[in-house]
Amino acid sequence: MSEPQVLTYTPPRDDVHTEPGVIRFVIIALAMLFLLVFVVLPLVVVFASAFSRGVMAYFAALAEPEALSAIRLTLLIAAISVSLNLVFGVIAAWAIAKFDFTGKTLLITLIDLPFSVSPVISGLVFVLLFGAQGFFGPWLQAHDIRILFAVPGIALATIFVTFPFVARALIPLMQEQGTQEEEAAISLGASGLQTFFRVTLPNIKWGLLYGVLLCNARAMGEFGAVSVVSGHIRGETNTMPLLVEILYNEYQFVASFAIASLLAMLALITLVAKTILERRLDEGQVPRDD
Amino acid sequence: MGLTLTWLSVIILIPLAGLFLKTLDLSFEQFWGIVTSRRTLNALKISFGLSFAAACVNLVMGMIVVWALVRYRFPGRRLFDAIVDIPFALPTAVAGIALTQLFAQKGWLGAPLAELGIKVAFTPTGIFIAMIFIGIPFVVRTVQPVLLDLDVEIEEAAASLGASRWHTVFRVILPSLIPALLTGFALAFARAVGEYGSVIFIAGNLPNVSEIAPLLIVIRLSEFRYADATAIAVVMLIASFIIIFAVNRLQRWAQTRIPAH
Amino acid sequence: MTIEVKNLTKKFGDFAALDNVDLRVADGELLALLGPSGSGKTTLLRIIAGLDWPDSGEVSFDGENALSRGAGERHVGFVFQHYALFRHMTVFENVAFGLRVQPRAIRKDEATIRARVKELLDLVQLDWLSDRYPNQLSGGQRQRIALARALAIEPRILLLDEPFGALDAKVRKELRQWLRALHQEIHVTSIFVTHDQEEALEVANRVVVMDKGRIEQVGTPGDVYDNPATAFVHGFIGESIVLPVEVRDGGVRLDGKALNIAANGYAPGAAKLFVRRHDMQVGPAGSGALEGSVKHVRTFGPIQRAEIALCGGEGKTVIEIDAPRDRELQPGDAVSLQPRRYRIFAAQD
Repeated sequence: MSEPQVLTYTPPRDDVHTEPGVIRFVIIALAMLFLLVFVVLPLVVVFASAFSRGVMAYFAALAEPEALSAIRLTLLIAAISVSLNLVFGVIAAWAIAKFDFTGKTLLITLIDLPFSVSPVISGLVFVLLFGAQGFFGPWLQAHDIRILFAVPGIALATIFVTFPFVARALIPLMQEQGTQEEEAAISLGASGLQTFFRVTLPNIKWGLLYGVLLCNARAMGEFGAVSVVSGHIRGETNTMPLLVEILYNEYQFVASFAIASLLAMLALITLVAKTILERRLDEGQVPRDD
Repeated sequence: MGLTLTWLSVIILIPLAGLFLKTLDLSFEQFWGIVTSRRTLNALKISFGLSFAAACVNLVMGMIVVWALVRYRFPGRRLFDAIVDIPFALPTAVAGIALTQLFAQKGWLGAPLAELGIKVAFTPTGIFIAMIFIGIPFVVRTVQPVLLDLDVEIEEAAASLGASRWHTVFRVILPSLIPALLTGFALAFARAVGEYGSVIFIAGNLPNVSEIAPLLIVIRLSEFRYADATAIAVVMLIASFIIIFAVNRLQRWAQTRIPAH
Repeated sequence: MTIEVKNLTKKFGDFAALDNVDLRVADGELLALLGPSGSGKTTLLRIIAGLDWPDSGEVSFDGENALSRGAGERHVGFVFQHYALFRHMTVFENVAFGLRVQPRAIRKDEATIRARVKELLDLVQLDWLSDRYPNQLSGGQRQRIALARALAIEPRILLLDEPFGALDAKVRKELRQWLRALHQEIHVTSIFVTHDQEEALEVANRVVVMDKGRIEQVGTPGDVYDNPATAFVHGFIGESIVLPVEVRDGGVRLDGKALNIAANGYAPGAAKLFVRRHDMQVGPAGSGALEGSVKHVRTFGPIQRAEIALCGGEGKTVIEIDAPRDRELQPGDAVSLQPRRYRIFAAQD
């Protein structure tokens, strides 16, 4: 029999693993459109508005004295918050991951608290504590210490809202790593401190960096809590986000967006660094057993 | 150990205690009066109501976005995946002025919308838009790992049993994503309720119309009506606590019903 | 339902998963696809199911072209190695799934569906688990539910992909027997894939031995064991002693020495001699084709397994034989070995 070779099947249409082409197209289009409108455009608008009067106007705005003082203040606050939260975040994570104690779950919930509480409420709490009519108010006035409407207040508020980042990055990491290496070190004669610096710390370095990165980004960008606490004293207690608000409300759009663009660039750099670190963290981890 | 607890106390517990102490200066009737005043109720309604609506939008659109990112290949996919995190990373004040500029009468999107008779900036709609913006990462990032982990054999099993693609997606795949979707929804909702910086620029901030609860708190503080501000804050805090608790519960339920493997 | 596969080819890049495969499956038979990983057995199964598509070739069910239909339309029941049960549905809902997603026109009413599900759960003896979730079941239970689920749609063909691969040894044995009994009861044409030869030989009506995308041999378990068609089959199924030999002048030579066994029409040249361990007759030194001395003896039950170092040649070739215990062997004994049954295959494979 010499019948011609006939293609006896229709070309494979994979309706087992995926949707028809048209549906795929619609879904992708919808997704991209949504992200374009809600994420890409706002970001682009920041830079477009900042440069809307040209490059010279942009740099002039950044060179203004109050801009420079805001930048200095922001950097100072970030440095304080990050270093303090670094230390105490490590301690908190270390306590939670390696030990069992009553109130542990409460502690973990409380660590998540600044994350889920409105930043305005965080600021409010500090006003209640350190304001003129606050808890510590009279005592502070008696000793002529200014917390609110001054740098210490801003620092404290920022420390509060950025506290979770380091701890949250470290807790799962340290839990996964367990206590065996530390136990081995101790059994070999290392002291507590030596164990910590030589065994624990190197193991968590990438998680630490990750937590510090996010902590820093939030510290520099915090608005709500700081807004309540700072009193908006120009040139003295304005961080960069606060200055952005003030300039915008005064219709100084270019100046406002110029500073905003610096913060946006910080955000983008943070995202890139975060992605890189995430990959590092994933690689170094316990291999998945399938 | 003692050191950590002290630190946490200073930073979290004592301020919170201060919060409640202040409220106790109020009699319950006074507290109730503040909380149920017309302006307060409206502010709470606007905050919680619009947050819920925005979270719903993020639920649907987030599902679409995460589906496209995980299951399809298209040019620029990696880039789009990365930008999902932007609302989370961008300082709120920057997001606030950017969205306002975008949706203002003369803005890139505001202008065409104005032609259609839709005013976004300085209305509740503006608040709604801002709340959608900040909630985007929550649904996407919560569902993403679950969707990635899904076994392809489940779909093959459904197909071999005669299910159409529609059935497979809506009866087999999506239901197994429900716990993650709910968690993402709750997180987006909680975030939107407390949001300040991204919202106050684009909101009209008109009392009873487009004033969010956090703003009302700030206003009361500037009026030195500390008690009022605290009362509103307490209501919001209680709601936050309930939400965290619910999310934790949801996650535990998810573990039992649909274990990791 | 008969299945016919003709000239089936499937390539993944340069790698040929299936290379011109032809196969016929008779109605109601239980067929095993046996082979090492990469042999193409799973690919073949998935193509029959409609979960994968060939590059060329034909697949027909009862003479009808099967490739023009998608997986859902072929009425084939598929059981996965890792069960693929729907985690968010109860056992009952899992089994009922296939019946519930049928198009309105042919869908049965709820009462009928319930009755059928109960019937199937009774068939697999797991009726009492009907309200549990898959994560509350043991591996063996999950697999039986997966089978019940596949049977619910009344498939004309049942396909099982290493169905017992994820289970531990004891459960595997139990389920093997259970599957065979089940098949005898329901008589659906069934194909199962396995790399475990004991499983294939024990359960199947016929065995298809595959290697590198090709079918090496198709036959009953007895055929495939006693009359292996190729060197691969002989080596893969059961334990074999393999010795490099040369066929010359009508005789067989090992290490240059002529062996006292018939060449039987084998092509001259380099070759391999395959003998089953228990087909080597042990006798006193000097009486057989091969000479050697016993190095080590292990006894279990009625068998003694002896390691024997063969004499002659450059190296020490050590082989393992199984001998009956009527004459106890001791390390150091000089013995001769005569293959009772053997095959010789050309060496190039």
